[in-house]
Amino acid sequence: MKGYTAVAPDGEAIFYEDRKRWFWTMSLLYPLQPLLGIWLHWLTGAEGWLLLPLFGGYVVAPLMDWILGEDRNNPPEAVVVQLDRDRFYRLLTYIVVPLHFVSLIGAAWWAGTQDLSSWALVGLAIVTGITSGLGINTGHELGHKKSRLERTLAKIVLAVPAYGHFWIEHNRGHHRDVSTPEDPASARMGESIYKFARREIPGAFRRAWAIESERLTRREKPVWSTDNQILQSMSLSAFLQLSLLILFGWKMIPFLLLHNVFAWWQLTSANYVEHYGLLRRKDDKGRYERCQPHHSWNSNHTYSNLVLFHLQRHSDHHAHPLRRYQSLRHFDDLPTLPSGYFGVYLIAYVPWLWYKVMDRRLLALPHVSGDLDNVNIDPDKHERIREKYAQAAST
Amino acid sequence: MSTFRCPECGYQYDEDSGDTHEGYKPGTKFESLPDDFACPDCAVRFKDDFVEA
Repeated sequence: MKGYTAVAPDGEAIFYEDRKRWFWTMSLLYPLQPLLGIWLHWLTGAEGWLLLPLFGGYVVAPLMDWILGEDRNNPPEAVVVQLDRDRFYRLLTYIVVPLHFVSLIGAAWWAGTQDLSSWALVGLAIVTGITSGLGINTGHELGHKKSRLERTLAKIVLAVPAYGHFWIEHNRGHHRDVSTPEDPASARMGESIYKFARREIPGAFRRAWAIESERLTRREKPVWSTDNQILQSMSLSAFLQLSLLILFGWKMIPFLLLHNVFAWWQLTSANYVEHYGLLRRKDDKGRYERCQPHHSWNSNHTYSNLVLFHLQRHSDHHAHPLRRYQSLRHFDDLPTLPSGYFGVYLIAYVPWLWYKVMDRRLLALPHVSGDLDNVNIDPDKHERIREKYAQAAST
Repeated sequence: MSTFRCPECGYQYDEDSGDTHEGYKPGTKFESLPDDFACPDCAVRFKDDFVEA
């Protein structure tokens, strides 16, 4: 195993080995799950195998998170520069880009050329969409970096889930506005995921378009031009999906529609759980305070972090957006999710259960300390939530 | 002409070269950037946060 040596500021010699080094390759294997399901379908003839990624995502991952628990280990700060420069880690994020294409094209080929029952076609479209949603995660990690190569790869991989505006929306919009009522990608207390999706999906697109339009206007270029970075990625999506339609026929219409919706739904799910109810306060000049680690829900669950390039160490990510995945840190006293994302998504899909689990956690946070003024609340639920907690306080 | 640096991510705005990708022409003074200017790389530091390098 590769080790890193450094000298701490107090003169102490440090030696660090990343025990997770090779386990990060799991982030490469997860996008290949639909192909594994297809292979098992081919071997056995049982269509049920096509749904294998649902099992890998929503049964295996929460179970493994429960069994393996959390990893609170942080790399020593003195080795972070070396860790960031180690090309191994970024190589994994490069390799996974073509794998997302292979996964979608492979699944589309199977859907278009095999005589699948209707439910199997629907199921395969859904699991492929969920898997392409992981492509947004890959694009997320790559898109936060400064190098032209990584940014270009981000735009390319975002063509798979047909979510080309994400790069601008997330980096320039969501990070700026996170955990404020103005952010369409930060969920409010009392807002169900289904209501959130209706605000987040169009709101995020509008914000990305506005940011890119402003940039192009400053450059004195037309918005509808090849310089539009949203259109660049979306053209690639259109080329990819039209090619699949021409190659594999009419079945691609329902397949790709479902695929796209479920890929976007993955991002909606992540956004929903990442900042639920959290609020940055305004200073006396009316400016929002800087994004601190306690403005994001964090999860240290080992297994799901390994398949998501550490996305769940979200508190450090928002406080320091350019930090590479291998260097993201755990802090004490963070807003903490009860499981990894795959497990908490299942809770989020049942709104009453989500409120039951999360509202209590939200109000118990040290910086909230039961005060609803410190919470980002759905305006439609404001009165009801205030009444509920006023009653709870008086009894 | 001066250079201003984002204290979070190290992005540098050099008034000489501007930032053509962002649409700020060479020679654009830092003070003439929009009031809501956010760091083009990390977006979590704003105009007031930048320090002269």
